[in-house]
Amino acid sequence: MGSDRAEQAHPLPWQPRLPARAAYALHAVLRVNTPYKRLAEAIEAHPRAERWFTAGEQVVKERLFGCQMCGQCALPATGYACPMSCPKQLRNGPCGGVSATGQCEVYPDRRCVWVTAFERAEESGHGYDLDLLQRPVDYRQTGHSSWLNYWQGRDVSLWAGVTSPADRPALTVQARAVSR
Amino acid sequence: MTGGSPPAGTLAAVLRAGQFAVTAEIGPPHDADARFIARKAALLRGWVDAANVTDNQGARVRLSSLAGSVLVQRAGVEPVMQLTCRDRNRMALQSDLLAAGALGVPNVLLLTGDHPRFGDHPDAKPVFDLDGVQLTWVARTLRDDGRLMTGRVLQTPPCWMIGAVENPFAPPAAFRARRLAKKVAAGAEFVQTQYVFDIGLFARWMADVRELGVTEHCSVIAGVGPIRSLRVLEFMRTGVPGVYVPDHVERRLRGVRSDKVAAEGIELCVETIQQVADVAGVRGVHVMAFGFEHGIPEIVERAGVGPAARPDAVAARSPDDRPADAVSALEDCTNAG
Repeated sequence: MGSDRAEQAHPLPWQPRLPARAAYALHAVLRVNTPYKRLAEAIEAHPRAERWFTAGEQVVKERLFGCQMCGQCALPATGYACPMSCPKQLRNGPCGGVSATGQCEVYPDRRCVWVTAFERAEESGHGYDLDLLQRPVDYRQTGHSSWLNYWQGRDVSLWAGVTSPADRPALTVQARAVSR
Repeated sequence: MTGGSPPAGTLAAVLRAGQFAVTAEIGPPHDADARFIARKAALLRGWVDAANVTDNQGARVRLSSLAGSVLVQRAGVEPVMQLTCRDRNRMALQSDLLAAGALGVPNVLLLTGDHPRFGDHPDAKPVFDLDGVQLTWVARTLRDDGRLMTGRVLQTPPCWMIGAVENPFAPPAAFRARRLAKKVAAGAEFVQTQYVFDIGLFARWMADVRELGVTEHCSVIAGVGPIRSLRVLEFMRTGVPGVYVPDHVERRLRGVRSDKVAAEGIELCVETIQQVADVAGVRGVHVMAFGFEHGIPEIVERAGVGPAARPDAVAARSPDDRPADAVSALEDCTNAG
């Protein structure tokens, strides 16, 4: 049916299949270090290796998190619920249309990704991650491995910390660089 | 740093002066009828400090909010130009924000926007290149840093006041004040809320908002509106995402004779305005009364708020008699560079 195909045109809110605590533990294993950085450089030096690595990352993250391969993984700051599986792909928290029971405005039979993110982050003691200001996505990274980007320090400016509403973090790395 | 002038419209001046602001909403027409907007604006002139001009509200195509804002301004009402992330990528958003600055639109209200799935073009490609928080951040960068997202310097930055929206009632309730704090850190100077029907919940949210220090940097304007029929009640309860109508409101409206529902709804709206005005930190109300703009003067008059209710009421009734500092600041701003 035509309408069924249309359903697939937009990202579908995804419930992670990995418990939050396990995800945070896994992240500790994958944390940036020199061997990983070297490994990432070596993989990127060989296009075929990069393709295989990226395909592997995609399989794992699609199954676990409904990954959309934005290449700039926000999972560590969202309770490991993927914000790119939100039909509006919001990176900074839920929209105002969440139903009273926590269902998605666009797909009311599914739970809001950000309600899930909030619950998972709070339960795991990472609630304040959601207060970070997430910068706009660089769509040139779509389809690229976010692990390779992460290990090589390319996503250090994905978000900005905010401790008070008076904070005025710079929006983009470029704007910051030029203004210095 | 180039740095824009401070926000310069009447709404900004009213909020700066600590007066209780009143805003309303004008939905542009589904066609190219400029007189439609002039008629709506004429109903509100002198009764509100500014009127939002919606941006394809409900994901249904209407005349653009930028053109609508200019028409509203021509009709003697200060516009608040709504701009959503649904239909434009970051280039178009920045371009429209610059255009609003050049055309002297004094306020912008930045939102994520409704998804097209339930609008009149469900076959459209939703854009959502930025989200509402990021768009607010972009606006502040344009104005205060005088730069595009690329870092390119703007010789003449825009100088509108930056507004945002928040829904105090949607889950996760414990995150809603924090989400507003993010928008304020990104640059929001005023916020209009979703319809308030439950004062208790709203007051609890406001307590969180005050605790986070948000009210020192951002004026909270509470959304209100009359429910004028049981059909509208049912629509609000089930048809509008994110609107929360508590049981006691429903009981009250269902408890009166059918020909009295409209009057009861208006009475409820007037009471709500007076109640939210008593909540610490609330700096105004945003009256949403789609298709009932002619009823807004009665509502704000009975609630005793708005330009007409202020001590300088006579002066404020004339559209050309805006606060002097607002007019001169706006002229300085639009003529700059």
